[in-house]
Amino acid sequence: MVKVSDLQFGYNGRLIFDGLDMQIPRGKVTVIMGPSGCGKSTLLSFFGGRLKPSRGEVRFDGEVVPFGAGERLYAMRRNMGMLFQSSALLTDLSVFENVAFPLREQTDLPEPLIRILVLMKLQLVGLRGARDLMPSSLSGGMSRRVALARAIVLDPAMIMYDEPFVGLDPISMGVIVSLIRELNDAMGLTSVVVTHDVHEGCSIADYVYLLGNGKVMSHGTPEEMQNSEQPETRQFMRGLPDGPVGYHYPATDYGEDLRGNG
Amino acid sequence: MQWIQSLGRTAIDFTSRLGHSLLFLVQALSGAVRCLPRFGLVVQQLYAIGVLTMLIILVSGLFVGMVLGLQGYYQLVNFSAESSLGLVVALFLVRELGPVLSALLFAGRAGSALTAEIGLMKATEQLSAMEMMAVDPMQRVIGPRFVAGLIALPLLAAMMSAIGVIGGYLIGHGQFGVDPGVYWSSMKEGVDLVDDVLNGVIKSVVFGFIVTWVALFEGYDAVPTSEGVSRATTRTVVTSSLAVLGGDFILTALMFGGL
Repeated sequence: MVKVSDLQFGYNGRLIFDGLDMQIPRGKVTVIMGPSGCGKSTLLSFFGGRLKPSRGEVRFDGEVVPFGAGERLYAMRRNMGMLFQSSALLTDLSVFENVAFPLREQTDLPEPLIRILVLMKLQLVGLRGARDLMPSSLSGGMSRRVALARAIVLDPAMIMYDEPFVGLDPISMGVIVSLIRELNDAMGLTSVVVTHDVHEGCSIADYVYLLGNGKVMSHGTPEEMQNSEQPETRQFMRGLPDGPVGYHYPATDYGEDLRGNG
Repeated sequence: MQWIQSLGRTAIDFTSRLGHSLLFLVQALSGAVRCLPRFGLVVQQLYAIGVLTMLIILVSGLFVGMVLGLQGYYQLVNFSAESSLGLVVALFLVRELGPVLSALLFAGRAGSALTAEIGLMKATEQLSAMEMMAVDPMQRVIGPRFVAGLIALPLLAAMMSAIGVIGGYLIGHGQFGVDPGVYWSSMKEGVDLVDDVLNGVIKSVVFGFIVTWVALFEGYDAVPTSEGVSRATTRTVVTSSLAVLGGDFILTALMFGGL
């Protein structure tokens, strides 16, 4: 579904991706994991054509993703849904209008049909009763579900989740985890989940990519990843404080520093 | 040495921001043209930035007119020229105070709100989300606000001038007993439609353009944090106020001769 080849990208003089290759299989849930700040979320910006690679390319459904604006990119984006970490609901619109927003902007459907479509999607995420609320009165878990309903209202082929588990209580987390799996299977979606939550990530993944140092460090099914003996993978999957990724930020010699010679 | 370095950096930053703001202007204008078919969006913004600014404009306009009435009368009566009070008040308002003061108030009331709104939309990823939904924020968010700003400020300036003239009348007639007929007829005789009124309107259109442009650009360009948005809001008020006052000098010199 998505094919990333030889992606290179730097920001502020720091190389974030250095020759990254990745393939997202169609119809599966692919989880992209990695330590904070390794560029997982940035990668999604490349899928959506919001950033321009300095080398390499990203293909969506066989076509190179263009950058910036333009009809071709917009046509491609209509086929992608994205769930932002902050949910990114439009704060001046009600829950109903937020979900209806893509339909109103992208289609000329009559009002009764829009109403039916919106209510169907809200029912899927269990928030049909909350349709008249404003985003400011929703809890974190609820607004993420509304954003999810909005992301799938145009029935995209692929949906991207940017850190969907961050900041949720256990119940909301469970709801989101099962929604991702169910939506993927029921709607025949391709799902890409970016997270650093090993447990939740592995519980829904069909395939896992682990990023580090601007590359894919390792990839495989969740079981393969959990049993991996590769040191970096082992450290991340088991959450060990020290290992190839050092506990200490690079620094001068400790003793020298204390003596004031650092 | 460091002083020269920082001077150079400031100059480069300034130039690059100016360039960004010009690029933004091109995109915003194209968005403004493309949003026109959905005029409902513009009307919503007209309410938010025009109608809601009306109260402060009307109240200030009334007081400004009353002060003009007082000051004008005190000076004119020295020359027994209090019959020209209406003319003096009207010229001051239509040529200068109406467009300039309403632009300054507009920058403080509506401009800062625009910047904060756009900046927060950016900080909460609402603009990115729109882009990902294949909706161009320039057309959906920036465009309607731009058009609304262009329409709103000239109307607000006209209201300020109108209510200011009434304020001057209240003082002139009520306090000092200037004859109503004299007050209004001196105005009718002396105020020229093209030289005074039209030039005032041109000024307020230019100011509307400047303030809305600055406010939208600062919001769109804001660092997406609460501190960044607060800074951007401050910059909007400072930059657009200075630009309005500087622009007023240039426009006045061009329109009424002097340069």
